[in-house]
Amino acid sequence: MKRIYVNEEWCLGCHLCEYYCAFANGTNPDMIKALKGKKINPRIKVEDGGDVCFAVSCRHCKEPLCVKSCITGALSIVDGVISVDKERCVSCYTCIAACPYGTIMPSDEGVVQKCELCLKNSCGEPACVKGCPNRAIVFEERD
Amino acid sequence: MNYVIIGNSAAAIGAVEGIRQQDKKSNITLISNENYHTYSRPLISYLLYGKTTEEKMKYRSNSFYKDNNCTLMFATVEKLDAKAKTLLLDDGKTVSYDKLLIATGSRPFVPPMAGLENVEKKYTFMSLDDVLALQASITPESRVLIVGAGLIGLKAAEGINDKVQSITVIDLADRILPSILDIEGSALVQKHIESKGVRFFLNDSVSSFSKNSAVLKSGKQIAFDILIIAVGVRPNTNLVKDAGGEVNRGIVTDTFCRTSLPDVFSAGDCAESFDITIAEYRVLALLPNAYMQGECAGINMAGGNKEYNNAIPMNAIGFFGLHIITAGSFDGESEVIKNADSYKKLIVKDGLLKGAIMIGDVSRAGIYTSIIRDQIPLDTVDFDMLKEKPQLLAFSKTARKQKLGGSEK
Repeated sequence: MKRIYVNEEWCLGCHLCEYYCAFANGTNPDMIKALKGKKINPRIKVEDGGDVCFAVSCRHCKEPLCVKSCITGALSIVDGVISVDKERCVSCYTCIAACPYGTIMPSDEGVVQKCELCLKNSCGEPACVKGCPNRAIVFEERD
Repeated sequence: MNYVIIGNSAAAIGAVEGIRQQDKKSNITLISNENYHTYSRPLISYLLYGKTTEEKMKYRSNSFYKDNNCTLMFATVEKLDAKAKTLLLDDGKTVSYDKLLIATGSRPFVPPMAGLENVEKKYTFMSLDDVLALQASITPESRVLIVGAGLIGLKAAEGINDKVQSITVIDLADRILPSILDIEGSALVQKHIESKGVRFFLNDSVSSFSKNSAVLKSGKQIAFDILIIAVGVRPNTNLVKDAGGEVNRGIVTDTFCRTSLPDVFSAGDCAESFDITIAEYRVLALLPNAYMQGECAGINMAGGNKEYNNAIPMNAIGFFGLHIITAGSFDGESEVIKNADSYKKLIVKDGLLKGAIMIGDVSRAGIYTSIIRDQIPLDTVDFDMLKEKPQLLAFSKTARKQKLGGSEK
């Protein structure tokens, strides 16, 4: 299936992916009002080491440690996409302890959040990929 | 093939999902001595607290058994006959199997304590029934005494703190949560829990009970209305032991989750796993371990060939908003990093990260856990960067490329 991949050689460290992610997963349809002056909590995060930078979001592993470790069953694989059932999550953070990539984090709603490939929001395709100005983040099928 | 699973919790569900990766058709029978749809055991304290409901705490959807062609039976298994490959149930019925999984979990350990029989309102804290009984019994006037300052006792305390008048916790150990924390971490978490009104008597134990009071070894006397016993748990190993199978503290299994009895597998809190951080078999009574061991057992029951060879202890738990994540074992040289609201300790031995403790800020803890689980030599990563915070920048470019752009894992 198609997944998000990053190429650090192409990453400009502009952090636009974080803004597109926060906007796509927010409720305010006005981008300026949604983001300006706000502290954003995106599901994709840029690691910036000065000369090296890259964005990190859920890998949608085939053998996901987060899903296997989830104590409630809130995390599951739905058509290949690792999804959170917000109703069942109790914020125990076992998934945060389990994810090898550090891509699950507390949400502003008091549960956990992670990249769900923008399938649950109005964007319909990964907003970070669409907004990346240098194609450092791509959404494609790889072996 | 006729699969039978004794149990209906995380290891059992893992086994069903493991079997179904290999064998979509054959019938699977689960036998449970708890009259419920599969539920998440660690959520019982969240149920008390009001953070979940009986419906939401179901570990899998209502259609799980149907979707997976499973038969769920409510009964207690009295005897395992490994030669005849049959199980004798408490209602006299016999169930035969081709492949059997023992996922019987553990039971609360109640040590002999003088006068315990005089206490009317006493509870353990392990099952949904336990918590429903406790819930029906507490009132805003209740004075609660909890014996045991481990994970179970303290989760019980958190669950009822807002619903009772007072909570006192006593423990024989000189600190709380000794199984998952170091001395400094214990003190920090204790202080936080005390700030919510919970009172501790450590390094002490009950010398005798009367109906509503306990006299401690130290001579102190504590009046209470409700007693919760959370001293520890014991693996349910008897079925295997009585059938002639090998049992240590837990049921002995190999890394393929096979017991010493033919076609009998075991997983979860009743079984031992190979903890790679200490290179020894031990009971890892933790839900993620139960699921993964169960899944591995299921795959192998159905003819697959999967090894469960990366088990590590891993806990994520919070008390009154303070989050704790611990992983691995704590024998080795340690590095402590602290600031105003966070405590972190990394334990290194033989050039490997063996353990991690994070209290407060637990973000991206899984990066540490993966370094422990994958036994990544620390000379191949930038450990100073990792000490600062868990980050993928600390890995080599090649490792990163594989992680973020590589093939599916």
